[in-house]
Amino acid sequence: MPDVVMDAIEIVPCRPWPRHVLAPETWAAFISEVPAAGLVLTALWADTQQVHALFLAPAALTASTLTAPTLASPTLASPTLPSAIPPSARASTSPTSADGALAAPPAIAISTAVEHGHYPALSPVLPVAAPYERMLADLWGHVAEGAVDPRPWLDHGQWTHMHPMAPRPIPTPPASEFDGLLETEEPLMQLGLGPIHGRITEAARLMLLVRDGTVAVADPMLGFCHKGTLTLMRGKSPRNAARFAARLSGDATVAHALAFARAAEAAQQAEPPPRARALRGAMLELERVAGHLDTLGEVARLAETQAVWTRCGLLRERLLRASQRAFGHRLMMDCVVPGGVALDIDPSGAEVILRALGEIANDLPLLRRLHDGTTLAGRLNGLARADLALMRACGTSGPVARACGASFDARLLDRAGTFGTVTAPPDGSGDALCRQRLRIEEISVSLGLIAAALQALPEGPLTVALPHDSGEGFGCAESLRGDVWHWVRLDHGQIAACFARDPGWALWPAAQALLLNTGVEDVDLIRASLALPASGMDL
Amino acid sequence: MAGYPEDLTPLPAEGVPDAETIAALSARLDAAAQRRLGRSLALRHVNTGSCNGCELELRALEGVLYDLRRYGLRFVESPRHADVLLVTGPLTRNLHAALEQAYDATPDPKWVVAIGDCAVDGGVFKGSYAVLGGAGLSVPVDLTIGGCPPPPERILSGLRSLLEANAETDRTG
Repeated sequence: MPDVVMDAIEIVPCRPWPRHVLAPETWAAFISEVPAAGLVLTALWADTQQVHALFLAPAALTASTLTAPTLASPTLASPTLPSAIPPSARASTSPTSADGALAAPPAIAISTAVEHGHYPALSPVLPVAAPYERMLADLWGHVAEGAVDPRPWLDHGQWTHMHPMAPRPIPTPPASEFDGLLETEEPLMQLGLGPIHGRITEAARLMLLVRDGTVAVADPMLGFCHKGTLTLMRGKSPRNAARFAARLSGDATVAHALAFARAAEAAQQAEPPPRARALRGAMLELERVAGHLDTLGEVARLAETQAVWTRCGLLRERLLRASQRAFGHRLMMDCVVPGGVALDIDPSGAEVILRALGEIANDLPLLRRLHDGTTLAGRLNGLARADLALMRACGTSGPVARACGASFDARLLDRAGTFGTVTAPPDGSGDALCRQRLRIEEISVSLGLIAAALQALPEGPLTVALPHDSGEGFGCAESLRGDVWHWVRLDHGQIAACFARDPGWALWPAAQALLLNTGVEDVDLIRASLALPASGMDL
Repeated sequence: MAGYPEDLTPLPAEGVPDAETIAALSARLDAAAQRRLGRSLALRHVNTGSCNGCELELRALEGVLYDLRRYGLRFVESPRHADVLLVTGPLTRNLHAALEQAYDATPDPKWVVAIGDCAVDGGVFKGSYAVLGGAGLSVPVDLTIGGCPPPPERILSGLRSLLEANAETDRTG
């Protein structure tokens, strides 16, 4: 495998991990070795001149039990701390030069120049890269040479201009009528679900080819919710762009805002004050509890277990009202801003939240028991069983992967000491029932984290002023669906380029595989069990 | 389900449209439709590019605390069964056709309610190349409920004003 440090044309100082610019041949050679090296593709994005890819290293993925000792381990904790890198090493070109502990960073970022509109494709080696490549072609016009799927992803021929992120977008030619049908060799029934589908859902289209009542091909088509968020963020200060990051995904608004804030802070080497860090941590866990309750309830509703749906809805509403009292917004939208938090917790907020947490904790045994009952267990047992190999291939993380025994949790990449033990022990069977049970256990862990954070809130300021510097940074946060990543490049305090990677990019390819050979009547239930998003990855 | 603390009861209704709005809404109903609909309305949610925030609050309305059904309001799975389209999200160019198809599939008489700042006028996404703006640019909107996202009680009071308009037409018609 090419050594990214030795073979790089240029190493761009990006925090906390440098970005290695490779020649197209070196890029292609690196990509071909990715599966053998055990790296996992986490994001593929671009700017007007280069294509960038972020990989998670095996060290980050096998951090095993995720208990307190792991948090203290240098390979995971230190490289993610912008402040842990001495100022003298900040502009350093080699990650190994700062100190020995940085020798194995948890993530590797590589880039290659786009030459005459083309770059070497990843999808022949990494099929999960296909949606990203389609997105790059739609937004920037960068063509992946040798891509397995040349179809558009976000651009449905409705925009006024093609390649809206390119320096010179071109007017969209009149499109031919698109019927949404797939071309197949064998005549199969085609079932198109969406974009308006189900009762109250996100807008996505899932095309199914059905053979004898079971799914033979599942082909998602997204991009319906594309709002041009990245162009709206460009040219703004991180503070002004934060409201767009917070509106990428409503149920992961804190996670997206936090990942974005961390990216902007990393780029400008700013450190949010301790009180802001504790409040952010509490909000992130509150969002996770509310989100997991929503998923638990929705799966139960589709599996016709009213008791679980009713109870989860009640607890969730209780929590949202507590969030409203404490932070002034039920979903805590716009509460996390680059540099800190937008507002302090209400004086009565901690007590109100703790009371709501108590009620949830009281009901967890009941929720566990209901999941042992015949209705729910019988319906969910063995449904859409995922395994670790699929999760690795798709780059999936979050509860879906943890239910297969994976251990990665982006909260591990947080600053050491923000929280202690992170997650519940995975059960490992990977089916819909296991995912439900894991979500209940994650709620239980989150309740403890919130209580610990709120009972020991450090005093002090809520924000730190961001300098108007130039720089690049990555930020990451664990949402209810898995790891959210943001990347920003700042030019004198303004966003020159940015990207947001929602966990949906890794969940949809996994869903595509898990839906195969399942009954058509189970499709909605499986979608709910995986908590498939749309808006966050539609950008 | 007895014995919940008092602060779990729905909060007092806010932002109930005034008599003029209700009268304007009433004018849109004819007597024959009123006889058929009675005091119930079937709701169909149409997502035109929402971030999912408004959907979360719509789902909350179905829960036991707001219990939409006690007012005769219920969600249905097809626009063909609906009286009211609840539109959320800034109208993206990619969903423009879907909204128009849903509107055309909804039988008369019908209402369109724009829920959330995005559906009202495009919200923060106004001016994007991928967004047209509010739902009103594509279909006639009868009622707007602002907020990002609007809390369930505000959505509920808006929907109840539709029922009021319905009843008003019943008495006068």
